[in-house]
Amino acid sequence: MKGNRCLLIGLLLLAGCDQPAPTPKSFAGLGQDATAFSQVTRAHSLVFPLDHAAHNGFRIEWWYVTANLKDNQGRDWGAQWTLFRSALRPGPETTGWNSPNLWMGHAALTGPGGHQSSETLARGGIGQAGVEATPFRAWINDWSLQGSNDLARLQMTANGKGFNYTLNLVSTGPLVLHGTQGYSEKSGKGQASYYYSQPFYRVSGEVERDGQRLAVTGSAWLDREWSSQPLASGQSGWDWFSLHLDSGAKLMLFRVRETQGTPYRAGTWISAEGRAQALQGEQIQLQELAWSKQENGREVPTRWRVQVPAHDVDVQVDALEPNAWMSTRFPYWEGPVHFSGSVSGKGYLEMTGY
Amino acid sequence: MSPLLIALQALLSHWRRHRLQFFSIFTGLWLATALWTGVQALNSQARADYARASAVLAGPAQAQLVARSGERFDQSLYLQLRKLGWQLSPVLEGRLRFAGEQPLTVRLIGIEPLSLPAAMTVAGTSLQGFDLQAFIGMPGQAWVGPDTLRQLGVDATGRATSSDGQVLPPLVVQPQLAPGVIVVDIGHAQALLHAPGQLSRLLVGDEARPLPAAFAERLTLHAPSDDGDLQRLTDSFHLNLTALGLLAFVVGLFIAHAAIGLALEQRRGLIRNLRACGISLNTLLIALVLELGVFAVLGGLAGVASGYGLAALLLPDVAASLRGLYGAQVAGQLNLPAWWWLAGVVVSVFGALLAGVSSVLRAARLPLLALAQPQAWRLAQGPWLRRQALAAGLLLAVALGCWQWGNSLASALLLLATLLLAAALLLPALLDGALAWLARLCRGPLAQWFVADSRQQLPALSLALMALLLALAASVGVGSMTEGFRKTFSAWLDQRLSADLYLTPQDTTQALQITDWLARQPAVTTLLPSWRAEIRLQQWPVQVQGIIDHPAYPARWPLLEQRPQAWAQLASGRAVMLSEQLARRLGVQVGAPLQLPNQAMTVVGIYADYGNPKGHLLVNADWLRGHLPEAKLSTISLNLAPEGIAPLKADLQQRFALDDSRVVEQASLKRWSTEIFSRTFAATTALNSLTLGVAGVALFISLLTLSQSRLGQLAPLWALGVRRTQLVWLSLGQTLMLSSLTVLLAIPLGLLLAWCLVAVVNVQAFGWRLPLHVFAAQLLQLALLGLLTSLLASAWPLWQLARRQPSALLRQFADEG
Amino acid sequence: MLVIEHLHKSFSTAQGPLPVLQGVDLHLAQGSSLALMGESGSGKSTLLHLVAGLDRADSGRILIDGQPLDGRSEAALARWRREGIGLVFQQYNLISSLDVAANLAFQARLAARCEQHWLDYLTTRLDLASLLQRYPEQLSGGQQQRVAIGRALAARPPLVLADEPTGSLDEASSDEVLTLMLQLVGEAGSSLLMVTHSPRQAARLEQRCVLHAGRIQREAL
Repeated sequence: MKGNRCLLIGLLLLAGCDQPAPTPKSFAGLGQDATAFSQVTRAHSLVFPLDHAAHNGFRIEWWYVTANLKDNQGRDWGAQWTLFRSALRPGPETTGWNSPNLWMGHAALTGPGGHQSSETLARGGIGQAGVEATPFRAWINDWSLQGSNDLARLQMTANGKGFNYTLNLVSTGPLVLHGTQGYSEKSGKGQASYYYSQPFYRVSGEVERDGQRLAVTGSAWLDREWSSQPLASGQSGWDWFSLHLDSGAKLMLFRVRETQGTPYRAGTWISAEGRAQALQGEQIQLQELAWSKQENGREVPTRWRVQVPAHDVDVQVDALEPNAWMSTRFPYWEGPVHFSGSVSGKGYLEMTGY
Repeated sequence: MSPLLIALQALLSHWRRHRLQFFSIFTGLWLATALWTGVQALNSQARADYARASAVLAGPAQAQLVARSGERFDQSLYLQLRKLGWQLSPVLEGRLRFAGEQPLTVRLIGIEPLSLPAAMTVAGTSLQGFDLQAFIGMPGQAWVGPDTLRQLGVDATGRATSSDGQVLPPLVVQPQLAPGVIVVDIGHAQALLHAPGQLSRLLVGDEARPLPAAFAERLTLHAPSDDGDLQRLTDSFHLNLTALGLLAFVVGLFIAHAAIGLALEQRRGLIRNLRACGISLNTLLIALVLELGVFAVLGGLAGVASGYGLAALLLPDVAASLRGLYGAQVAGQLNLPAWWWLAGVVVSVFGALLAGVSSVLRAARLPLLALAQPQAWRLAQGPWLRRQALAAGLLLAVALGCWQWGNSLASALLLLATLLLAAALLLPALLDGALAWLARLCRGPLAQWFVADSRQQLPALSLALMALLLALAASVGVGSMTEGFRKTFSAWLDQRLSADLYLTPQDTTQALQITDWLARQPAVTTLLPSWRAEIRLQQWPVQVQGIIDHPAYPARWPLLEQRPQAWAQLASGRAVMLSEQLARRLGVQVGAPLQLPNQAMTVVGIYADYGNPKGHLLVNADWLRGHLPEAKLSTISLNLAPEGIAPLKADLQQRFALDDSRVVEQASLKRWSTEIFSRTFAATTALNSLTLGVAGVALFISLLTLSQSRLGQLAPLWALGVRRTQLVWLSLGQTLMLSSLTVLLAIPLGLLLAWCLVAVVNVQAFGWRLPLHVFAAQLLQLALLGLLTSLLASAWPLWQLARRQPSALLRQFADEG
Repeated sequence: MLVIEHLHKSFSTAQGPLPVLQGVDLHLAQGSSLALMGESGSGKSTLLHLVAGLDRADSGRILIDGQPLDGRSEAALARWRREGIGLVFQQYNLISSLDVAANLAFQARLAARCEQHWLDYLTTRLDLASLLQRYPEQLSGGQQQRVAIGRALAARPPLVLADEPTGSLDEASSDEVLTLMLQLVGEAGSSLLMVTHSPRQAARLEQRCVLHAGRIQREAL
């Protein structure tokens, strides 16, 4: 369960090694020619809108939107839209089935009474899935995320068995670069990714569950990340928080768990105006308070104490739906949360490797 | 020691002194199990391979989208449907040819593992077990079954090269993969098949919904396909094999039955003694059954081992005929689980029980006190013959009933079985009658003795003679049918395959181009394009062939039955002609109406279509194109001057990129067809010879056991002044006389059998009836073979007799030395 | 007619050669009868078999009318049995596949010396007329032995060899069968060499001798 295979799964889906590997031989054969893939470097500056599109040459990349929503009866909902790109080998995209790219879409709708998720896969090279920058369009089969070149206005749609949603996203703040100008470290050993977000979306749209359509509004957070080797060996999974504070500030925190030793922690404090401030590991304290059993029988922490003393944050974070399990090919936990304490608000929590 | 052990020990001690009997019982069970297991192994292997073939892409009942034209379509349709939310997985299929000593054509299946429905397995491998990276990456993987791998010429790097020079991805063996299939990623398949951007079908992953109008023009939804076709089509073939295996099984049991019976007779005294010593009847019976069980297990183990060998030997021929006849891919190597083989031992136990039950029952009824007098054979023989004749009469009545009212393959085979059994049961009575008649002609004392003694031997030899009769009759019957079929078939082929060149274009578009081009070639004298579509009539798969109105057809297309002006009516588009098997299946006769999709037609002709497991229907090409738009222009046949064939072929191949398999000359087509048919009957013939061999063994063993008791008959003659050599010749003469009489009876029986085969069994099994041919030379050959078999069978016992010291004969006279 | 000189015969057994006859001398005149007695295993039957040409002696001579029997070919021995002797066995040894009539005439026809009136006479004397169409297995022991005697005498052979001919019969039938045989042998003009256990039966023959330890011990009376 360790070594390459682990890394690989971690790479693709941030799943960890304690997880029974869902597939022994999965998408990418890491390590063989890892160096042939493009590498993440500290002194690189991101260029938009070019960097909104796919980065062929890098091994792994994703477009990730999570939305905290409310229907007109005041009930909380959560929606997730994710597109992963995974390259089998280095090199540019080619035309035809022999393209190096594999695409995977995950969508979920969490709301009163449950969590529904869906997965769709596609091969690169034939137009079945892809991401273009101008105009911005990310799609896989019949799911899409598309809009203006600067990502300020997006429409997001996806579906699964028994659910679908169409949401319109309008940003009220700037793009935020994590780490050092978008260079985000994932361990103390140099593993890193390019990572930027758009946490300031106002959302309106419709969700449909089991044939019932509901108008919803809320806020959303877009994550963009790409790399060729973001996790170090010995890292078993991670816990990631994206929190919308009622004050208008945003907080991104993550912890990469080590099979041995203290987890690697990092985060970004984003002021209501969109100024980002990187958080060091020692500034962050994360503590599991309660665990919930998931459909695969694993216990996953769904109540946390999150402390960032430098920004007077000491809150208890609770999952809206403790069983927000993504039973996809590479399963993990992802769902909306709400928190209260020194400050309150909503957000999303992602946990892999359980 | 328990009474059971004592009884068992006493019973088993018999075999030390009667090794030959032991060997007989063992041989009977061994041969029976071997032939039965062998045949069943062939059937099971073939069926397992059909299952593998239909399980290449296995999943829950799978609807699929295919092009209305029946041809490939552009993958943009796939992308558009995916964007509309359809859960689809694309498949590209085609034929990939490999050159080499034995040119090989495989079915190349290109799949897209990412989109395959989750419940689906590919060659028995579930999606979770896939090494996706290796399969879809570069250089990728080509999955082959072990059998196909052997047939492919593979270079040192594990790569195979197709006949057009394409290098396949590295081969990976998938034990579960059906023979004759290669599975690759769809990207590799498009390259290998020269079909960039092309797809053959789309597997529908979720519930099928109506296609949007724009797509419905191009694609059509096929309900989950019925993979049972192959099973159904080949059923009759396997039933035939099973029948032969059963015959061999019965002959083997005959041997065991005879030997077990003899052993009981010889142990009557022992059994009485044991009972007199206080061993209960139950204990004794248990001991007898246990003893039988030992035989069964020994014979079963040997039989299973030989059955494996037999099946391994015959499988290549069986596989070839299944491939040729039904297009069914069957591996050339046995691959059945160990438990399957062990089940063969169970068959042996069953056979031993069957063969021994009457003996055990007789032992149970054996009176405790009985005079130790030798069996009064003459007193017993009369009722014995009458009983058998009565049973034979009953069986004949059943046979008659089957012939009169039977309407299935099972009843046809029952007819055969009852006929054979009745003849076998009648045999002793007939022989006895013949000998009685001969006895009246005999004057000399030795001649009289010769006949009278032969009559006396009859009960002991009758089982072996029955086996010989059955085996010979089966040989004559099957031989006549096979030869007759070969004759009819080659005459039919000569007539039907009268074009010089046959073309199979890649698709209709190309076919039309070729037709246009050929029409402009002055060398071409006749040009016959034919269109084809597949439909189902009463659930039976039917090929509809559309032909143009051309005077060549009446000349080339022999009709078994027809209405006046049949060809003109066909050309008018209001009439059809049917293959014989289709007509029988549908129960239609010439002149009857036939409801086709969209229109009712009149049947104006019926023709032979040997070897086609599907139905065949001949219609006018224009009608076909008008009513079944999916019809393809599938073949073009043409005639031209002999010297023009080679250049035209070369020109066609170059101009239209047609390889050798798409442009075929008449001669090679004919050769191919006849080869398939000869291989079809290779297994039958082999099994038949084996059955004859088994009958020979039965005769041998009977004579050998008889030779022990024969001494008592021969010694007085010797004492009365008949020379030993003379006695040997007389004995040989007796055996030969009995087997000659049997052979004489076997020939008419065999011919009757042949008639049943061509006129009843073939009609039920394949749908065609053949004329009955009698091949005198073949009959003579078989008769001599039968005599030779019995000669060989009697050689050893007689040699033993000739070699015997006078003292052995003397022992017949006195107890004291 | 029959002269036996220094006849030796041994059988090979697992324990080495077992001498049975160790210098037997015997003389039987034409038309006379001799009873050969001795305990079980004394070699009586062996001697009879040697005379019948069914077996060969190790040494010594058997002379028939001055002609030696040993050294004759298999075919000549068969001819000797066919034409020169009539054999009567304890176990009758009839040909089970032939009826009584065919059994009676069998040897005479083999020897091509079948005289119908003699056969008819034998049939009457042996009281077989009503049994002619029967088969051996349908006859009683006495009846079977009468058929065997008839068969042996049918060709009027010069010598009749009988090996315990009444050994399987009860006393009454024994006497009856023996009487018949002796009368008929006399009528046929044959000599008789008979092996028997019974001194009472032996007494009815002209000469008697006892075989003991491989030699003729006593040529009585």
